[in-house]
Amino acid sequence: MSVFIIIALIILVFIIIYQIGKASEYAVVLRGEEKVKAQANRAIALLLLVMFALGMWGIWECHEMLKGRMLPIAACKTGENYDSMFNMTILVTGIVFFATQFVLFWFCFRFQQSTKRTAFYFAHSNKLEIIWTTIPAIAMAILVAIGLRNWYDVTSPAPQDATVVEIVGKQFNWLIRYPGKDHELGKRDFRKINDANNVLGLDWSDPHNMDDIISQNGELHVVVNKPVKLLICSRDVIHDVGLPHFRMKMDAVPGITTTLWFTPTITTEEMKQKTGNPDFVYEIACDQLCGKGHYSMRGTVIVQSQADYDKWIASQQSYYVANNPSGAPAPAKPVTDSTAPKKDSVKLVSMK
Amino acid sequence: MSNEAVISGGLHVAHDAGAGAGHHDHEHHEQHFVWKYIFSQDHKIIGRQFLITGIFWAILGALMSVFFRLQLGFPDSTFPIMEKFLGHWAAGGKLSPEFYYALVTMHGTILVFFVLTAGLSGTFANLLIPLQIGARDMASPFMNMLSYWFFFLASVLMFTSLFVETGPASGGWTTYPPLSALKEASLGSGLGMDLWLLSMATFVVSSLLGGLNYITTVLNMRTKGMTMTRLPLTVWALFFTAVLGVLSFPVLFSGLVLLIFDRNFGTSFYLSEIFIGGKALPHIGGSAILYQHLFWFLGHPEVYIIMLPGMGMASEVLSTHSRKPIFGYFAMIISLVGITLLAFLVWAHHMFVTGMSPFLGSIFVLLTLLIAVPSAVKVFNWLTTIWRGNIRFNPAMLFALGFVSLFISGGLTGIFLGNSALDIHLHDTYFVVAHFHIVMGVSAFFGMFAGIYHWFPKMFGRFMNNTLGYIHFFITFAGAYLIFWPMHYEGIAGMPRRYYDYSAWESFKHFQGLNAFISIIAMVVFFTQLLFVLNFIASIFKGRKMTVMNPWGSTTLEWTTPINPGHGNWPGEIPEVYRWPYDYKDDGHGGDFIPQTVPLREGEESH
Repeated sequence: MSVFIIIALIILVFIIIYQIGKASEYAVVLRGEEKVKAQANRAIALLLLVMFALGMWGIWECHEMLKGRMLPIAACKTGENYDSMFNMTILVTGIVFFATQFVLFWFCFRFQQSTKRTAFYFAHSNKLEIIWTTIPAIAMAILVAIGLRNWYDVTSPAPQDATVVEIVGKQFNWLIRYPGKDHELGKRDFRKINDANNVLGLDWSDPHNMDDIISQNGELHVVVNKPVKLLICSRDVIHDVGLPHFRMKMDAVPGITTTLWFTPTITTEEMKQKTGNPDFVYEIACDQLCGKGHYSMRGTVIVQSQADYDKWIASQQSYYVANNPSGAPAPAKPVTDSTAPKKDSVKLVSMK
Repeated sequence: MSNEAVISGGLHVAHDAGAGAGHHDHEHHEQHFVWKYIFSQDHKIIGRQFLITGIFWAILGALMSVFFRLQLGFPDSTFPIMEKFLGHWAAGGKLSPEFYYALVTMHGTILVFFVLTAGLSGTFANLLIPLQIGARDMASPFMNMLSYWFFFLASVLMFTSLFVETGPASGGWTTYPPLSALKEASLGSGLGMDLWLLSMATFVVSSLLGGLNYITTVLNMRTKGMTMTRLPLTVWALFFTAVLGVLSFPVLFSGLVLLIFDRNFGTSFYLSEIFIGGKALPHIGGSAILYQHLFWFLGHPEVYIIMLPGMGMASEVLSTHSRKPIFGYFAMIISLVGITLLAFLVWAHHMFVTGMSPFLGSIFVLLTLLIAVPSAVKVFNWLTTIWRGNIRFNPAMLFALGFVSLFISGGLTGIFLGNSALDIHLHDTYFVVAHFHIVMGVSAFFGMFAGIYHWFPKMFGRFMNNTLGYIHFFITFAGAYLIFWPMHYEGIAGMPRRYYDYSAWESFKHFQGLNAFISIIAMVVFFTQLLFVLNFIASIFKGRKMTVMNPWGSTTLEWTTPINPGHGNWPGEIPEVYRWPYDYKDDGHGGDFIPQTVPLREGEESH
């Protein structure tokens, strides 16, 4: 019932506004068209100027209110360059923004219709056109130069000593694989995937797989001040590893391996102190629409000291051992067959 | 074919079909209602059909945004009214995630294609091209009619998809596979997606029929004396819009056909190494990125298909109501050429983070930022056009001024996103949402509103109500900035777009209050648009009547036609053109403009 009342009210308001508009039309006729039009024109010219002033005040207020909610300082080297380039671009575009908007609104006010003046016939000027073709072109050239320097920096090959970690997206969480003691990720094949005991389709005939660690809680552990290279893949649809605190992201595309590397400079603990937020955590946000659970596809990055990292990794079981509790040393037999998941889970149960 | 031949030939078809044999040409004016208003071949009627269909879609598309803004602004509340509209998709008044994504997808598809492509260039190319170049109708009125009816068919298919059991497509308006290719990946990838693909394929046909017609008409049907350099900038803009569409829509079509094949016939164009729904799929060797290349090869020119008509109309309106010639007519045309060419060479800036070769990315950075140059030229020319003018602030002019303001704001944020080194953080965040909504959403809408207020008298022989127009402008203009300006901040903070709920995210949950604020403003703006629709419909029947042929004191040819022109536009001879379209200067008799049809005075130099 209340719904209908609301709809009726809305309709009523519309009719009233419409009638006011209509009445103003008759008023114009009664009071003399030219006179009213001139009045309205002046009022609107003034209103536009007021709007400009209010707009500038609003921009200031908005900035004051939101600046405290921005991201904390970038937590990696390339991120610091990112922030300075961002600020530089803000400066350039900001100047253009305020100048052109001011000119637009000022001209509106200054050159409003007046019977005392006639418009100035000014059809073209090659000099002006050349000026405002070259200046933006030069500004763009500078921004492109800075941009490409940073771009090649970010996309350059990872250093040799970078830790390699694989991060695989699936609907709707992240699977993270560490290479284990041999520092080598083993082969995998999507046809060997099985949600029961081989979430990434590790090929058990490859001995490199035997010590690989898979973390299914979406926690990516990395060492501070040590470059880490992510191998990014997807099991099903396109996802995206978004790392806002490190100012980068990269798509996870099925069938293609993409990469990303960075050197974190601030540990999670340090960042908690810097931000004064005890709950602070580096988050991995999926940035490519991947289905109904897209918004909940969350991972975290734990940046820690080498000692903490070593302690953590020592406490992890390899994925093979975790799924073969008997602990028997790797019989290199193909455990899984993706076409028969039921049989596998039975096997798993019987092994327990 | 001559102008006269086209019109009588075109009328023959309609006439014979409608009234049967035995009638003659001179009975044209007694056409049956169906042939005059429904299966019409008159470009002016077809333009109105596109406009009214576009308005229908705009209301629907905007209403969808209200629903999903309710979810974003108030994730913890329930809105029983939503259940009335959406049924089980909003059971208990709470939008389901599946339908949230369906609404987001449909909102994008509808606004981009059905409103700002068909509704915008369909309306104004049809209305203005023949009237402003001095032609009795399009080169092929019949093809023109087909163009509308294919659009209508596309609309029916898309509308039907809203009601299927698994819901409409929900993979985003870009419908990237594999999400859109696999039924297991999402509810919306079922029948809804098939209907989406069919609808879009039909839409491409409509767009091509229309576009080829516009190009042919502009090139071949200009009246005597109407050289290309005497065309109003609206016609230039609509011409390049059509060129963009004709060259890029077929690429989208191929992309869609391959997707249809992948979905239904077991091919692997876009699919490779996928494990989903508990099993590994047999597809190997396809590339999901291929679709993105095909899609954005249209998708980026599409942005300019949306923008150019607005640019053309804003140029015309700014000049007319400042009583000044457009500044730098040739620079305006050259910048249109520049934008059109570059529009084809920048598509991969949507794909910087797909794992594309960084070198290739850098080429696209360069070409993308290059577009800023012709865009800047246009802005400076508009500003100089109003400089020392004598500005009349009617709603059309206000919207044209608002167009310039928004185009500047939205264009500048493009400089961030076009630079891959900055895009790598901003990609797919609210910064992108804010950017494209301002520059090609609201700004294009402002161009469209300027056009509607300005040419409404030509379309319906009546004026729209000014007071309502002012209310419409000021609320929409302020609302647009209030909605989208703060979104930039959310984007800079890395907040991803297309999220149903942010409350679980430590980095984004503190924007909740801001989201609620944005949602409230969005609703106010939505209802203001309904006020515009009310004004539009009421003015068609009740608006103040037009009493003079040329109410704005405009120089172009459409204002030399009768107040309610019939099919054929001019009752007598088509007028001849002697001068460029922006001669806003002393005519020697106390007037401040000289129409294109007035011969040059002795000693007067042509532009």
